[in-house]
Amino acid sequence: MFATRRIPRLIALPVAVALAACGGGDSGATGDTGAAGGDAGAAPMAVANAGTINGTVNFTGMAPANQPIDMGAEPTCAAQHPAGPTTQTVIANNGKLANVFVYLKEGLTGTHPAPSTNVEVDQHGCVYVPHVTGVMAGQGIVFKNSDGLAHNVNAQPQNNRPFNISQPTSMTSAPQRFSTPEVMIPIQCDVHGWMQAYVGVVANPYFATSGEDGNFTIGNVPPGTYTLESWHEHYGVKTAQVTVDPDGTATVTFDYDASVANAVVPLGAPFDPHTDVAAERRVAQPQPATR
Amino acid sequence: MRSPRIVGLPQLLIALALLATVDVTVGLAQQADHPGKPVYDRWCAECHGVDGTGNGSAAAYMLPRPRDFVQARYQVRTTRSGSLPTDADILHVINVGMPGTAMPGWRAALTQAERNNLVAYLKTFSRFFETDQPQLLELGRAQGGGAAAVEAGGQKYQELECWKCHGRTGRGDGESAPTQEDDNGFPIRPADLSQPWLFNAGGTVEDIYRTLRTGLDGTPMPSLTDALEGDIVSDTDLWNIAHYVRSLTPEDPALREVIEAPRIEGALPASPDDSAWNAVPRVWIPLIGQIIVSPRWFSPAVTGVWVQAAHDGTDLVMRVAWSDRSNSPDPVWAEWRNRVTEVMEPKEGDVAAAGPAPDPDTAAMAVPASPDRIAVWFPRSMPTGMERPYFFMGSTRSPVYLWQWESRGQVREMSGRGPALMEPLQASNGLTGSATFQDGEWRVAFRRALAATDSAAAISFPAGQPVPVAFFAWDGDNGEYGTRGSVSSWYFVQLTEPAPASTYATPLIATLLTAGLGILAVGRAQRRERTKNGARSER
Repeated sequence: MFATRRIPRLIALPVAVALAACGGGDSGATGDTGAAGGDAGAAPMAVANAGTINGTVNFTGMAPANQPIDMGAEPTCAAQHPAGPTTQTVIANNGKLANVFVYLKEGLTGTHPAPSTNVEVDQHGCVYVPHVTGVMAGQGIVFKNSDGLAHNVNAQPQNNRPFNISQPTSMTSAPQRFSTPEVMIPIQCDVHGWMQAYVGVVANPYFATSGEDGNFTIGNVPPGTYTLESWHEHYGVKTAQVTVDPDGTATVTFDYDASVANAVVPLGAPFDPHTDVAAERRVAQPQPATR
Repeated sequence: MRSPRIVGLPQLLIALALLATVDVTVGLAQQADHPGKPVYDRWCAECHGVDGTGNGSAAAYMLPRPRDFVQARYQVRTTRSGSLPTDADILHVINVGMPGTAMPGWRAALTQAERNNLVAYLKTFSRFFETDQPQLLELGRAQGGGAAAVEAGGQKYQELECWKCHGRTGRGDGESAPTQEDDNGFPIRPADLSQPWLFNAGGTVEDIYRTLRTGLDGTPMPSLTDALEGDIVSDTDLWNIAHYVRSLTPEDPALREVIEAPRIEGALPASPDDSAWNAVPRVWIPLIGQIIVSPRWFSPAVTGVWVQAAHDGTDLVMRVAWSDRSNSPDPVWAEWRNRVTEVMEPKEGDVAAAGPAPDPDTAAMAVPASPDRIAVWFPRSMPTGMERPYFFMGSTRSPVYLWQWESRGQVREMSGRGPALMEPLQASNGLTGSATFQDGEWRVAFRRALAATDSAAAISFPAGQPVPVAFFAWDGDNGEYGTRGSVSSWYFVQLTEPAPASTYATPLIATLLTAGLGILAVGRAQRRERTKNGARSER
C-alpha cells in the first residue's frame, strides 16, 4: 500500500523529465507570419540550446516600378486591387527588400524529416499569396483557389518532376511534394499570364522569406556556424556567414542594391542528368498525392 | 487578355544559357553499346538531337519543338500530371506519332525489336527514370455519348472555363490564348478543338478523356485528375466533355479531289451566314506551310479550309471557312506575332526573298501588322489536258486568275504571276464577296457570273467540267504575309446539274417496252400453240 502510493511519484518524475527532454512536438519555429515579418520555416522538433537568426534585407537605390497588370478580363479579381494591380517583382520600401528567400545552405549536419503539416499557397484576387514561400523536401504543399474561377497551377522545376493542375473553381489541391531540394521553383498560371510565384525546396527546416519591412527570422537553429543564402527573383543570390551561439540570437543582413538589376537569377541548380542522384540530395521518397 | 509577359526574351536567353551549362556529353557508358543507339542516331537524332535535348538540326524549323528526352516531360501518357510515362506510353507515340506536330508514326518503318530498343534508349537520357516511378492513373471506363451527353459536356465546358484558352466554340481563340508558352518558353497554341485530327494526343473520345485526366506535360494544358479526386468534377462530367469536344466536328473529313457545285433552284446563298449554305455539301481542303519559296513558313496557323460551292446556271457562289484565332491585325496578338516570327526566323542557309534585307536588330521585333487573307485561284482558261499552271499562284509564263479577300479590304480579282506575286486585273468580271468573323471562324463568300467578261484574263466556269482550283491562306496575327502562309495543291470544282427526269424515264420506258413486246410475243406463240393443238384434236 505504501509502495503503491510512492511508485507513481517515483515513476512520474523520470517520465516527466523524459517527456520534457523529448520536446514538445509540433511547436513550430518562432517568428511571426504577419505582414510585419516574413513567414517562418517549419521546425517541428525542438533542438537542444537552439538559437535564433534574426535578419534584415536592405535595399539601396531606386527600385524599378513593377509592371501594371491588365485584369480587365477578370473583373472580380480586378475589384480586389483598387489601387491597380501590378506584378510583385520588386517590393522595396524604406530601404528594405521584401520577398527575399533565405535558407541555411551549408554547415548543417544530420537529416531532417519533413513535417506532416502542409504549406499553403493561395490564389486570391488572381495573384499568388504568398508570392515567395519555402517548403521542405518531401513536405506537402497545397494550392488553394479562393477566386471561384478557373486557375491552373503549373510548376516547372528543374530537379523535380513538374505538375500542372487544373482548378476550375474554388478548391484546395491535394498536397504536392517535391522530393529534391531546389531553389527556386517557378509556379505560374496559364489562364492568367501575369500570375507568378516561387517555391524554395530545402532539405532542412531553416528558411524564411523577408516581409515588407525586410525582416526575417529563422528559429530553433542548432548552435553552429553556417552559410546562409538569399535569393531574390530580380536581384539574384547573396551569401552570408552566421554563427549561432547556444541559446543565442545571431543577426545577419543582406545588402541588395538597384545597380545589380538583371543579375542572373538561378532557378534550380544545373545538374548532370546522367549521373546517379547522390544520396544526400534525396531526403524523402515521393508520396502519392492523398487527401 | 493583355498582361505583361513574365518570361521575356532576356529571361528566355538566360534560361537557355543556363541549360547550355548542363553537361550532356554523349557516349556515356550506359548509352554507347545500347542496341537502341544506332536506330536513334539514324532516325531520331536529326530532330531530337544526338544528345536527346530536342535540338537536332531540323528542330529549328518546327513548332512545337521536338521532345527533350533529358527534361523527360512527356505529353501523351496514362500517368499522373508531371509523372514519367510508362514504357507502353512511349511505345505508343513511337508507333503512331503525334498529329499536329512533326513527329510521324514509325510502326510501319521500324521493326518491333527496333521500337522496343528505342523505348529503352530514350529512358537512358534522363536520370528521372532511375529515381522515379511512373504513377499510373486509374482511367474510368468509357461512357456512352449521344445528344444528352454532348449537351451536358458543352455546359461543363463553359462552366469549367475551358473557353478561357480554347474559345467559346473551341477554335483556340480564348482570351488567354495570346500569352501561352510551353515549358521551354516557345509560343504554343491551345488546340483548335474543331480539328481533332490534329490533337497531339489523339482525337478519339477516349483520347480526349485521357488528355483531360493526364494533362499534356510541357504545355499549358492541365490535368483535371486533382479536381476529379476532390469531387469538383465527376468522371461522367469528363466523359461528357470528351463527347462534346468530339462533336464539334462530327465527321473526319474524307479527302476529295473535286468540290461539287450543285445547281440550286431559287436564290443562291447571299451572305456567308446564309442558312442556305447548310444544304450545300462541303469539302475539306488541307493546307500546309509554304516551304518552297523563301522566305518559307513552317508554322502556319491555317491548316485547312472548308469549301462549298453552288450555282444557279448564271452565277457561281463559293464559301470558304476556316478557323482563325483573331481578326487580324488585332493589337492583343501583336506580341504573339513577334514571338512566333522571332522563333521561326529564316535560318542560316535559307535564301532571303527579293527585296531589302531585314535589319537583324529590328526585323524580328517589327513584324508588320498584317490582315488575314484568303486567295482562290484558277487557270486563266480551261486547260485542254492535265497541264496546269504552277500550283503556287502560277508563273510569268502561265499566270493564274485569282480571287483575293482580306480582312481590312475588299474582295479583288487579280492575276497571279508566281508565289505571292499578285497584281490587280484591268477589267472586272463582277466578283463580289463578303466575310464574317465569329468565335474564331472566318467565313468568306464569293460570287461571280459563270461567264467571264474579260475572257483573256479570267476563266469562265463551264457546266459539268472540273475546273482546277487552289487556295492560299494568311493569318496576319501569326506573322503571315507575302510568301509566309499556307498553301494547297490543285483541286477541282465542278458545276453539276441535277439529273434530268429523262434519266429516270428512259429506263422505265425501255423496261415497259421490252416487257410489253416480250409479253406480246410469248402470248402470240402460246395462242398459235393452242390453235394447232385444237386443230389436231378436231381431226
